[in-house]
Amino acid sequence: MAVAIILLLVAIASVVFHLFSPWWWTPLASNWSYIDHTITLTFWITGAVFVAVVAFMAYCVFRFRHQEGRQAAYNPENKRLEWWLSVGTAIGVAAMLAPGLVVWHQFVTVPAGATEVEVMGQQWQWSYRLPGKDGRLGTSDARLVSADNPMGLNPDDPNGKDDIVIQNDDLHLVLGKPVKVLLRSIDVLHDFYVPEFRAKMDMIPGSVTYYWFTPTRTGTFEVLCAELCGAAHAQMRSKVVVEEEKEHQAWLEKQRTFAELSEQGNVSKATYRIGSE
Amino acid sequence: MVDVRFDTIAGIPPAEVGEVDLYHPRSWWTRYVFSQDAKVIAVQYSITAMAIGMVALVLSWLMRLQLGFPGTFSFIDANQYLQFITMHGMIMVIYLLTALFLGGFGNYLIPLMVGARDMVFPYVNMLSYWVYLLAVLVLASTFFVPGGPTGAGWTLYPPQAILSGTPGQDGGIILMLASLILFIIGFTMGGLNYVVTVLQARTRGMTLMRMPLTVWGIFTATVMALLAFPALFVASVMLLFDRLLGTSFFMPTLVEMGELTKYGGGSPILFQHLFWFFGHPEVYIVALPAFGIISDLISTHARKNIFGYRMMVWAIVAIGALSFIVWAHHMYVSGMHPYFGFFFATTTLIIAIPTAIKVYNWVLTLWRGDIHLTIPMLFALAFIITFVNGGLTGLFLGNVVVDVPLSDTMFVVAHFHMVMGIAPIMAVFGGIYHWYPKVTGRMLNEALGQFHFWVTFLGAYAVFFPMHYLGLLGMPRRYHDIGETAFIPASAHDLNAFMSVAALIVGFAQLVFIFNLIWSLFKGREAGGNPWRATSLEWQTPETPPGHGNWGKELPIVYRWAYDYSVPGAARDFIPQNEPPAKLSAQGAHP
Repeated sequence: MAVAIILLLVAIASVVFHLFSPWWWTPLASNWSYIDHTITLTFWITGAVFVAVVAFMAYCVFRFRHQEGRQAAYNPENKRLEWWLSVGTAIGVAAMLAPGLVVWHQFVTVPAGATEVEVMGQQWQWSYRLPGKDGRLGTSDARLVSADNPMGLNPDDPNGKDDIVIQNDDLHLVLGKPVKVLLRSIDVLHDFYVPEFRAKMDMIPGSVTYYWFTPTRTGTFEVLCAELCGAAHAQMRSKVVVEEEKEHQAWLEKQRTFAELSEQGNVSKATYRIGSE
Repeated sequence: MVDVRFDTIAGIPPAEVGEVDLYHPRSWWTRYVFSQDAKVIAVQYSITAMAIGMVALVLSWLMRLQLGFPGTFSFIDANQYLQFITMHGMIMVIYLLTALFLGGFGNYLIPLMVGARDMVFPYVNMLSYWVYLLAVLVLASTFFVPGGPTGAGWTLYPPQAILSGTPGQDGGIILMLASLILFIIGFTMGGLNYVVTVLQARTRGMTLMRMPLTVWGIFTATVMALLAFPALFVASVMLLFDRLLGTSFFMPTLVEMGELTKYGGGSPILFQHLFWFFGHPEVYIVALPAFGIISDLISTHARKNIFGYRMMVWAIVAIGALSFIVWAHHMYVSGMHPYFGFFFATTTLIIAIPTAIKVYNWVLTLWRGDIHLTIPMLFALAFIITFVNGGLTGLFLGNVVVDVPLSDTMFVVAHFHMVMGIAPIMAVFGGIYHWYPKVTGRMLNEALGQFHFWVTFLGAYAVFFPMHYLGLLGMPRRYHDIGETAFIPASAHDLNAFMSVAALIVGFAQLVFIFNLIWSLFKGREAGGNPWRATSLEWQTPETPPGHGNWGKELPIVYRWAYDYSVPGAARDFIPQNEPPAKLSAQGAHP
């Protein structure tokens, strides 16, 4: 009796916790409301199954608990029942999988007009690169990484000269404009993770990965690293600012291009050389 | 149902080969230490696994202290936290659960349940244990080498696993890989034994479709492990070469702390594929023995045949086969080609169907049963609840697009602890309470068992159920301290503190269990040969605990399946597998 009640209470407490939990996903700031909807649907289906199974168990424990003179029934199989349960389960599974795959197709299909933005991870900081006026990012190579060229950009690539390089600072994005985030790393695995955007992808040294989204809300959002990357994994933070087009232009003006930065590097090197002479 | 229950005695084939004489121990050393008796090896495996498991338990306390009360304990820093999670995960998954289910339960139960005198290769079986012990000692030694154990996470993903930004880059990672290699060598020796014993050493009448589901679970899991562990073996060897010899299997051109390394051309994703080709079947290597054990516990303690036995067997085999084509659902956000997501999400969700069938058949076995709420039964009920809970959250993570926001968060931690931590441990405890009387001849203490059960089940549920919601919130895993983060409210820290307190209480309850194991060995109630009135062969041995060779002079002959409980017209509510039909009809006529 007591056992049956406790089992039932576990199911009820789980549902009550779910309904009243103050811990819930962060307010969405991207177009991926589809993902949230799929999660909600999955909660409904799985929640119903969980409650049904536990309640049935609790009922059995209550109704068929051992009492003097009780004998269990003898029924090895019931093909029809097993068949119906399998079909019902398959339908439930399909109801979650089908929308999931549809949304995944959207997730991996980048719209044609998406702006490319590069995020580079290294132990333990984030760097960003935006294409310049030509709208194209130059190539890069981990072998070119140096104190003057921390992102390892290719100085001989004309496309890269006007690329805007952002180090130790926030990334700014334009509200309502689709972004294709190109992800790379120069040392270990990282993962560019902004909970409000819902999207996430590992960054791998040696290749470029990507995902896309459209920012739908202005504000400042915290960037975390979601793939274990060593001792200071938890401190690898940055911020993304989503703003209107006009503010974004004003911000862009203040940023410096790869060409400007390398020139500055050369000048300081030259100064150093003169000084030492 | 004729093929699983009793057909006529004509179904019993004559013995084709005579019995081979067993190896007989000649001294105390060969009887109890370098023993070739599967029952002694089983106890050695179990004690070693539980001993190293206690280390992992203590590590979990330290992790929970840090997460619940960050900054309070000055002796835990970021490096140590990573080392704790790595060692905790590796020990629990491989050195505790795998070793305990296959080496412990497998060694003890397979020969007894199929009516064999011992494993078919006793000497290799003995070696298997000693190599396993060596693997455990090498693993434990990493706590004492300079730099300490590796902190690469239990998945040991390169490049960080072997670079200097990760703690334990010196000796820790090398010894970890060496220990894994040893473990796999030891396991392979034992595993071949279990498979050959089940296929070749069953007693007369014990057809495959009459075996208890425990044997089916352990057998299938062992076959899977023999196929899956080689992937981890080669991955470990290759990673060891990358670390020691400077090869670049998994290492692309990369920069280490501002300096260009000599590595180049390797693929970090390749390691992940190899790791999870092992790692996903590993989940079921732990789950299938638990499925089998739970089936037998429920059937015995509800005094009812397992519902849909044949479906249960095929579900085990189907899950085992399917689990080899779902591995990349651990890698949806790894950067592999995104189109793989369609395939792996589909296969992953298909596994839910045979798994759900198992759950239905367990609860339908309870239906119209005669449920004795013994400690093993309670653990079986708790297994179903935690397994269903963890299995259902698996439908979130398996459904590729839903996994994107949840991957690498506490949701994943909660999910896999529920489904392959708590649930299998419930099966382990249920199994120990159930078979301890056979192993020792004495019952475990009931009152201590009740205490242990309720604190462990409710406490563990209170730790891991709310944890899902921290993941939903976006709290990442493997953070020693979430610190000041804009989207994390203060209440999340309170919840973390609550979970830590609950975890410490659950940990304490395990000490009560260990005490019970030792105390009952001397003071427990005498059990007799078959205290649960069970049908399967291990309860029909002439001696309890079973002597060397298990069966005295004559091997048992099996006439029926393992689930003849409450057969209408029978004198008792169970009919042992080795009871001939003639005797049954005689009993039926004269109750």
